[in-house]
Amino acid sequence: MSCDRVGIALQSYFDQELDVIDASEFERHLERCSDCVGALEDLESLSSSINAAQLYERAPATFRKRILADIGAATPVAIRPARSVWSWLAVAAALILVAYTGWRVVSSDRSGDYESAFASDILDAHLRSLQPGHLTDVVSTDQHTVKPWFDGKLDFSPPVKDFGDQGFALQGGRIDIVHGRTVAALVYARQKHSFNVFIWPTDEKDAGPRSGSQRGYQWIEWRQEGMEFCAVSDAVPSTLAQLQRLLAE
Amino acid sequence: MHDSQDQVRFEMLVLPHLDAAYNLARWLLRSGADAEDVAQEALLRSYRFFNSFQGGDVRAWLLQIVRNTCYTHLEKNRCAKDMTEFDEELHGPPSPTPEALAIAGDNRARLTQALESLSPRYREVIVLRELEGCSYKEIATIISIPVGTVMSTLSRARRQLQLALCNPAREGGQP
Repeated sequence: MSCDRVGIALQSYFDQELDVIDASEFERHLERCSDCVGALEDLESLSSSINAAQLYERAPATFRKRILADIGAATPVAIRPARSVWSWLAVAAALILVAYTGWRVVSSDRSGDYESAFASDILDAHLRSLQPGHLTDVVSTDQHTVKPWFDGKLDFSPPVKDFGDQGFALQGGRIDIVHGRTVAALVYARQKHSFNVFIWPTDEKDAGPRSGSQRGYQWIEWRQEGMEFCAVSDAVPSTLAQLQRLLAE
Repeated sequence: MHDSQDQVRFEMLVLPHLDAAYNLARWLLRSGADAEDVAQEALLRSYRFFNSFQGGDVRAWLLQIVRNTCYTHLEKNRCAKDMTEFDEELHGPPSPTPEALAIAGDNRARLTQALESLSPRYREVIVLRELEGCSYKEIATIISIPVGTVMSTLSRARRQLQLALCNPAREGGQP
């Protein structure tokens, strides 16, 4: 190879590390340099065989578990939907038993259990979504754009409504994982607050709303017409309750 | 040492790069089992040092720790062969017979063989660039070398990999 640009310059062009001006200058050079064209083809062929061989080694699930255990991560791998159904049944059974024996049962027992098991999972999903670029997969204030976007991505069709006129503007939606299952997440904004509304199907009867707070965030949860809803935000409880009423209408 | 806020932040920022950490360790150590142990150690260290992470490129920050932990492991285990810079003039890869290659002859086995035959210094730039898609600048951060050195190392590593692929057994006649 006689061309002295075969080497670093060529490689930087191939790796897209040249700025626009240098890159276009190099392309002009390529038009008349067969050495460089040949060397570029070699780089491309090497790169595509590496790609085709799928050499990337993903971390095994056991590794992920070890790390989570190490850092004392409480919930993400431990809680599965099946288990939560059983824990709900256990709570229900306990409530009936306690009611029969004439004890006064305050709802905080139930919400305490709920909070520990579930709210932290919801809150984690909310916090994850606030990372730059994670909030929405489909960006639209139009419910007729957002709703069809979920088609084919979920095994259910979440209700999507915009409440821009009432001060909660729909920002878009995304797919998220909560409690080990795929859920729809709708994003609303009011002033500087972001609201995530997680929605997934449920077989349980309509219930709620129930609310709580954790780590400075508010959540409110209810079941309605075969769907479970959970709204989360750092806004004050009354604002979140307002959004809940709009969604439940 | 950490409150739950730190833990949440660590889970959000660092855990998405577990695959990257494992992949780099796997290729540097050439063993899945060792990679799990060493990457785990690296993750723990990163959690311990997480307070010192000043923001910026978290993947590069993590991979730098993973890489250093891997090199410590290699040195401790006296992989003299691994630590020696690859010398094109003197060494061939730990050559498998052509028959063995023909049997295992699919593309992935061939590439794995060739990549593992490179010295760690060459292997890591290939892994970071071709598998992990890091920019020169990120590679420079991870390996703690200037960008210019990244370019020349990468160029030599690619040439070496091409050679290893063309002539896996490297039987005589090779300069």
